[in-house]
Amino acid sequence: MLKTFSLGGIHPPENKFSAGKKIEVLPVPAQVTVPISQHIGAPATPVVAKGDLVKVGTLLAKSAGFVSANIHSPVSGSVLKIDDVLDPSGYRKPAIFIKVEGDEWEESIDRSTQLKKEITASSEEIIKTIANAGIVGLGGATFPSHVKLSVPPGKTCDLLIINAVECEPYLTADHQLMLEKGDEIMVGTQIFMKALKVDKAIIAIENNKPDAIKHLQSLASSYPGITVEPLKVQYPQGGEKQLIDACIKRQIPSGKLPIEVGAVVQNVGTTVAVYEAVQKNKPLFERVVTVTGKSVTKPSNFLARIGTPISNLIEAAGGLPQDTGKVIGGGPMMGKALVSTDIPITKGSSGILIIKNEESKRKPVQNCIRCGKCITVCPMGLEPYLLMTVSDKAMYDIAEERRIMDCIECGSCSYTCPSSRPLLDYIRLGKGKVGQIMRSRTK
Amino acid sequence: MNVVVITILTLAILGTVAALVLFFVAQKFKVFEDPRIDLVEEALPAANCGGCGFPGCRAFAEALVKSDDISALNCPVGGADTMNAVAGILGKEVGTAAPLIAVVRCYGTCDNRPKTNHYDGAGSCAVAASLYGGDTGCSYGCLGEGDCVEACKFDAMYMDPKTGLPVIKDNCIACGACVEACPKDIIELRKVGPKGRRIFVSCINKDKGGVAKKSCEVACIGCGKCVKVCPFDAITMENNLAYIDYEKCKLCRKCVPVCPTHAIHEINFPPPKEKTEAKDEAIVEGKAADKPVAEKAVTDAPVGTRLVVAKPAANATIADKPMAKNTDSEETISEETNISKPADAELADRVKKDITASSDDKNKED
Repeated sequence: MLKTFSLGGIHPPENKFSAGKKIEVLPVPAQVTVPISQHIGAPATPVVAKGDLVKVGTLLAKSAGFVSANIHSPVSGSVLKIDDVLDPSGYRKPAIFIKVEGDEWEESIDRSTQLKKEITASSEEIIKTIANAGIVGLGGATFPSHVKLSVPPGKTCDLLIINAVECEPYLTADHQLMLEKGDEIMVGTQIFMKALKVDKAIIAIENNKPDAIKHLQSLASSYPGITVEPLKVQYPQGGEKQLIDACIKRQIPSGKLPIEVGAVVQNVGTTVAVYEAVQKNKPLFERVVTVTGKSVTKPSNFLARIGTPISNLIEAAGGLPQDTGKVIGGGPMMGKALVSTDIPITKGSSGILIIKNEESKRKPVQNCIRCGKCITVCPMGLEPYLLMTVSDKAMYDIAEERRIMDCIECGSCSYTCPSSRPLLDYIRLGKGKVGQIMRSRTK
Repeated sequence: MNVVVITILTLAILGTVAALVLFFVAQKFKVFEDPRIDLVEEALPAANCGGCGFPGCRAFAEALVKSDDISALNCPVGGADTMNAVAGILGKEVGTAAPLIAVVRCYGTCDNRPKTNHYDGAGSCAVAASLYGGDTGCSYGCLGEGDCVEACKFDAMYMDPKTGLPVIKDNCIACGACVEACPKDIIELRKVGPKGRRIFVSCINKDKGGVAKKSCEVACIGCGKCVKVCPFDAITMENNLAYIDYEKCKLCRKCVPVCPTHAIHEINFPPPKEKTEAKDEAIVEGKAADKPVAEKAVTDAPVGTRLVVAKPAANATIADKPMAKNTDSEETISEETNISKPADAELADRVKKDITASSDDKNKED
């Protein structure tokens, strides 16, 4: 019996069309648009101006606070302007436009493909390098990685979990990365272990990727302290709290972080980025993006530079199909419909999912029949039907009491509702309002 | 017999004791309440809308009785009559608050602001706003899901299906519920003005001019022409957006024709009596044959019920068509119908069709 998390969960159709497709390097576009807010926390402060010449890896914008991240140039060329642009959030936000000229990298970046196993940097140096390289959680949440690695005083960490679950249907970026960059993942994991001063790490993989499990298991034998843990396929296992529950049966108290139970979770994509940053001195300016969908002619995994318009990726995957209804940034469960194909790839873009017109429509909303399905599937043990109502009726005190802030926005409730009620839409709204109220209280 | 007497006596004694206890408890825990509160509450309209800033009419009555100076307090529902009645009860001076009315500061109709995508989420502006900037290029404008109309307790608003924008009727009492409900802060309470005349910038887009104009035909592009032309310094420009201070505005209307995007709206003014008048009439007459309703509206509609969006002299035509939904013409803020030069009408139609078609394509793509 394989392990999984204890509460709720669903199993949507996997539809991993791009599984097994080699990671292709996407050609550098003629112009890139690099948003300065690609992470959770304060937007970075631009340090370049119009007309500046930049190389691949040049610092474009500096982290503006502890919870923030540096942003580096993904291309070489000249800065055209700094202007507002539509980003995946659906709002216009400042971004740095760069006209591409050649492909000249910063000299400090080691471009050799040779594996560098030996970790010479100390724990503090590693965290500093990661912060400088602008690495954020590449699973989609884009939380700055160095913040997670800085264990607050009074807390201890005894275990590192590498999140290679990739529980979102359709997406295969992490899967392919595991097959192609197994050794890098192992060294990256060891870097994390050294930074956190722990001697145990688990790489958690869902059982629908047997080739990746086998590959990493064979590698893990030569890296002490690392074990590969196959998990039962269940959405949303990729959530930190669910993953910790699944792997080590520890439950994180409401409103607390994983460090409370002595664990740190890092995404497998982040692990590769950290390997490259620490061992090869390469900042985060490109990532693996899955382009997929039922109607896509060539579902693929691309290694794309940050700031590439998603239309380039769609073109490379065979073009936008005629009957497209929605283009989603991310996976089908937690991703967000994009309003334009000119939107650039950011650090958080794990996939581009193209949904056919007939599948993209929401069903008409009907009354709640009190079946309780949403409660059964909620991985946080919440009551989505109630939270939706209290959010809609602005009864935020009740919402707070019923732990609305614990919602991880996985969308299982909306997925399972037989009345097609927009549960998560309203819960997200309520979460925003309750968060505001809570922040104003502490001020 | 004895039993009956004892029963009666016991009950009588019990009753007396209970009465005495209740009497003393009532004395001890008596809460003094000013009897005038009840009187004032009765004088108030009992709408419990919260427009006064207090949670319900009772709370407002208490505040009126308790505070010495009530000149700053006002009941927007009852208006001056109610406040005078309250003044009579309390013997205090009431202020003369100018009546306000809500105005929608967005005129991004379906024609002016082509859709770039189709919103399919939960039917609420608040939800839509929490997801993204909106289904047009303008991320400031009206989302059109009608949260404001839902919030209105006075039936003073409705969604115009043609424009996709909310329309505020004249019976708005400026309680502010819609202002609160709008996640984009589009609705503003402004002075009703003499004869209901008011001028305002019907746009809140803070984007740079080019971006704003690209997403919406009637966006304020922040050119500053109105600021220059205003003789009363009533217009300020901030973040590429003009704002008319209704306290300073003297309703001279100089800013209206200079606005290159017609973002400044004037309401309830008579049509401008300028050199172009003859031309206007000719156009209206030209159209009268196939649009008798429009002509009727022009001639019959009482002055002071028309929303006139000024156009430059060349195609300045103002023919108002009463809204089908509004049977009561007294409170009609009619929709602006733009009849362009007849020769151009066909072309305009074709262009419009093209725009719709291309936006449909875009919808599919997105």
